[in-house]
Amino acid sequence: MRDVAIIGAGETKYGEHWDKSLRDLAVEAGLKALEDAGIYAEDIQAIFGGNMSAGSFVGQDHVGALMADFAGLAETMIPAMRIESACASGAAALHAGYMAVASGLYDIVLVGGVEKMTDLPGDMVTDILAGAADREWEVFFGATFPALGAMMARRYMYEFGMTREQMALFPVIAHKHGALNPDAHFQREITVDTVLNSAMVADPLTIMNCSPVSDGAAAVVLAPAEIARKYTDSPIKISASTFANEYISLHSRESLVRSVSTIEAGKKAYKMAKKEPKDIDLVEIHDAFSIIAIIGLEDLGFAKKGEAHKLAEEGQLYYDGDLPYNPSGGLKAKGHPVGATGVGQVVEIVKQLRNEAGKRQVEDAKVGLAHNVGGTMTSSIIHILEVM
Amino acid sequence: MVVPRFWRERRHRYSLIGTRCPVCGTVYFPPRNVCPKCGRKSLGKMEEFQLSGKGKIYSYTIVHQNVLGYKYQKPYIMAIIETPEGPKITAQIVDIEPEEVHIGMPVRAVFRRITEDGKAGIIQYGYKFVPDWEELEK
Repeated sequence: MRDVAIIGAGETKYGEHWDKSLRDLAVEAGLKALEDAGIYAEDIQAIFGGNMSAGSFVGQDHVGALMADFAGLAETMIPAMRIESACASGAAALHAGYMAVASGLYDIVLVGGVEKMTDLPGDMVTDILAGAADREWEVFFGATFPALGAMMARRYMYEFGMTREQMALFPVIAHKHGALNPDAHFQREITVDTVLNSAMVADPLTIMNCSPVSDGAAAVVLAPAEIARKYTDSPIKISASTFANEYISLHSRESLVRSVSTIEAGKKAYKMAKKEPKDIDLVEIHDAFSIIAIIGLEDLGFAKKGEAHKLAEEGQLYYDGDLPYNPSGGLKAKGHPVGATGVGQVVEIVKQLRNEAGKRQVEDAKVGLAHNVGGTMTSSIIHILEVM
Repeated sequence: MVVPRFWRERRHRYSLIGTRCPVCGTVYFPPRNVCPKCGRKSLGKMEEFQLSGKGKIYSYTIVHQNVLGYKYQKPYIMAIIETPEGPKITAQIVDIEPEEVHIGMPVRAVFRRITEDGKAGIIQYGYKFVPDWEELEK
């Protein structure tokens, strides 16, 4: 296996792009990544595109071929495929691209992620997202995706005594960071009261405990680490790319307050990168719901079980704190175009490690960790990146 | 959707019939063809198993934004119910006000209409859970 590096990164602004289609978004992000890497489309040997559900959101499947075609690559005939792992589709595509380069099969690979979610009314979007859970035995009986997140939160609050006020600190931090990110869906700060008093989605989760429905795309260009400096002065090494799965439905699991897939993927990632939690300078944690970020931080070793909210209370999670958390704004404020999210987290870490993150720049950032999950923490994918 | 999609699950959804692994004895609901603990050793040997329909609320939520087909039911209570046989089940809790629900509450399964495919579509039935007053009054 060869070491793999990121030589270019780019993304669209996340938000409601009424004037842009699925293909517009994907091509915009892809071309930005190519430009950043200083290469041309014809240099690419394969494309891996993360996308959860274009077939349901806009009626378009065969997304890989479409992306390659509208990136101007139809005549190069390179392989292009869509990778799906619900909300972790982006990181799954990166895992696939990583394998492709590490194995030696391809040298220059484009990894993208895209989702176009705002072409449908809200109740249909809610229904499609519920497909990340078990359609026949959870969703059939009326469970929405936020309802499942809410049952994780309720059980966590019951077991550890965390309050809604403590949980509300996570979206407050996300929005503080989003306000510093010109590409974020939401760029406005909020307070604990905003979170507590916003519309109830699934008790105890209000709409401010949930990530928004966003359009967006993100892309990175991969190359073997040994030749990465031919393309850029600041290549970023992928030190770990790990993926773990568990039971798809919450009711099949022993516990609702820990994610065995995050624990497993995390353990393997630390081993692969030869790092420990204390070596990580910043994290992008999957915060589709506040409770998922809380469980993620604990299961990756950044807090004891039941105590992640203390990191928030102590102010450690701000971009200038001891554990810079979601400096991009996270899924909550940067936005959550589901198929793009995992790649977008990595784009943020690349910007941070290259010292190009502007107002939200984490000081002296050398190592970053991205945690992207699919479903109710069913699939967990971890990437650890570091400066070379 | 066509009828077979719902018809094929009717025994499990109407009568809470799951499966039991004869190798390790673990009970599963919904039914599985392979036991995750015993793997290939359980293949072709999984037995049908009837749950009692009794249980306790393990976690719950009040749903205010629904999936398609549940618009006229909201707000409604969703819960994960722990059964004495082992499996946990996701279902609605009915015949009770949302503020009265709590973790640990004894409940029992009842046969109810779940939803329907529009005005002319298939009416789908299955289990919901209600407070188990006999247990609650003990």
